[in-house]
Amino acid sequence: MDAFVLVLRRDLKIAFRRWAELATPLLFFVIVASLLPLAMSPEESQLRGAGTGFLWVAALLSSLLALDGLFSNDAQDGTLEQLALSPAPLSVIVLAKTLAHWLVSGVPLIVLAPPLALSFYLPAEALPTLVGALLLATPTLSVLAALGAALTVSLRGGGAIIGLLVLPLTAPVLIFGARATDLAVHGEPTLGPLYLLAALAVLAISLGPLACAAALRVGLE
Amino acid sequence: MTQDPSTGLIVSSLEVWRGERRLFGDLSFELHSGQVALITGPNGAGKTTLLRMLAGLSVPFGGDVTWDGTPVQRLAAEPRAAIAYQGHLDGLAKNLTVAENLAFYRALWAGEGAVEPLLDELGLTEFADREVRYLSAGQCRRAGLGCLRLRRASLWLLDEPLTNLDAAGVDVVTGWLQEHTANGGAAVVATHQADRLDGAVAVAVEVEL
Repeated sequence: MDAFVLVLRRDLKIAFRRWAELATPLLFFVIVASLLPLAMSPEESQLRGAGTGFLWVAALLSSLLALDGLFSNDAQDGTLEQLALSPAPLSVIVLAKTLAHWLVSGVPLIVLAPPLALSFYLPAEALPTLVGALLLATPTLSVLAALGAALTVSLRGGGAIIGLLVLPLTAPVLIFGARATDLAVHGEPTLGPLYLLAALAVLAISLGPLACAAALRVGLE
Repeated sequence: MTQDPSTGLIVSSLEVWRGERRLFGDLSFELHSGQVALITGPNGAGKTTLLRMLAGLSVPFGGDVTWDGTPVQRLAAEPRAAIAYQGHLDGLAKNLTVAENLAFYRALWAGEGAVEPLLDELGLTEFADREVRYLSAGQCRRAGLGCLRLRRASLWLLDEPLTNLDAAGVDVVTGWLQEHTANGGAAVVATHQADRLDGAVAVAVEVEL
C-alpha cells in the first residue's frame, strides 16, 4: 500500500512537470470535436444525431494519445527495472501508475465533455448520463491502454502499435458508452448499458494490472 | 571463517543464449558474505545479461541462480530487497530532482540513511534541487549509485559502475565497496576497468566470460 501511494505521488509530480504532454491529448479532443460541425452540416438535427458517437470516438482516441509515456519513459531511464525488482508487487505499482494516468488524462476529459456535448445540441438532461458513462468508461480505457503500453514497452516508438493493439479491445466500452448517451438523449432509461460499463471497469481494474505486470516482466527480459 | 554452503549467491551451470549465439554454457561460481566477484570480458560477452539474470530480471536458459537457497526468480519480498541491482541505466526520473529521486528510492526500499549527507558525499549538494535532465552523465551515475547507500542490501550487482565517473567518483565508489564487504556484504561487479578497482577491493571470485 505504501508503494501504491509512493508511485502515485511520484507519477503525478512528473506528470505536472510535463504539463505540455498532458495538454496535447485534451486539445486534440477539443479540436477534433470542433471540426465535426465543419465537416458536416452544422444543422441541429444532424449534429445531435452524430454528436454522441463522435464524442465517444474522439474521447477514445485522445485517451490513447496520452498513453505513450506511461511505461516507456520509465523503461528508458531504468526506473522500470528498479520497480520490477522492488519488494512491492509489480501489479500494485502498475495500478498506481494507471490511476495517476487516469487522474491527469481521464478526469480532464470528463470535465471537457459536457461543454462539447452542448455544442452538439445534446439536451442538458443527457449530460449527467454522459458524465456518468465517461466516469465508468475512462478507467477501463486507461487499463486497456496501459496493457498496450506494457506489451510494447521494449519496442522503440511503439505509439502506433499501441493503437492497433488496444483500439479493437475498446469496442465494448464504445458500444455501451455511446448507447447509454444515446438513450439519455432520447429520454429513455440508461441503467442497462451503465451497469455493463461498470462491469467492464471492475473486470479491467481487477485483472488488468496483473496482465500488465506480466507483460512488463516479459518486456524487461 | 567457514561459510554455510547454502547461503549467499550460487550460480550453477548457467547457460545463456542471445538469439542464435551461445554466450556461455556452463558457468558456475559461488559468492559469500564479504566477497567481491569481478566479471570481465569483451563487449558482447554477456556481462550485462549475466547480471540481469543474477538480479532475476531475465530467466536463464539452463542452470540455476540461487540466493540463500532460493532461485532468484521466486524470491519473497524480503530477501528480494536484499539484492540491489544498478544497471547501466541509472534509474533516475529525468523530471524529478536529484533529492526527489533519492527520497523516492529510499521510501520504496523502506531504507535508511539521510539523503543530505549522501548528496554531500557525492558532491551533488548544489544540484540537489535540480531536475536530473540538467545533470551530466557522471553526475547521474553518482546519484544512481547513491541509491545503494539508502538501503540495506547485502548483495550489490553493479554493471559497469565506474563508467562516466571521474577519479574522485571512482574513489567514492571503491570506498563504498570496501565498507560494504567489511560489513559482510557481497558484490558482483561487471567492468572493463578492473585495473581501477585493483588494490582498492579484494576480489575473491574472478569470472572471465
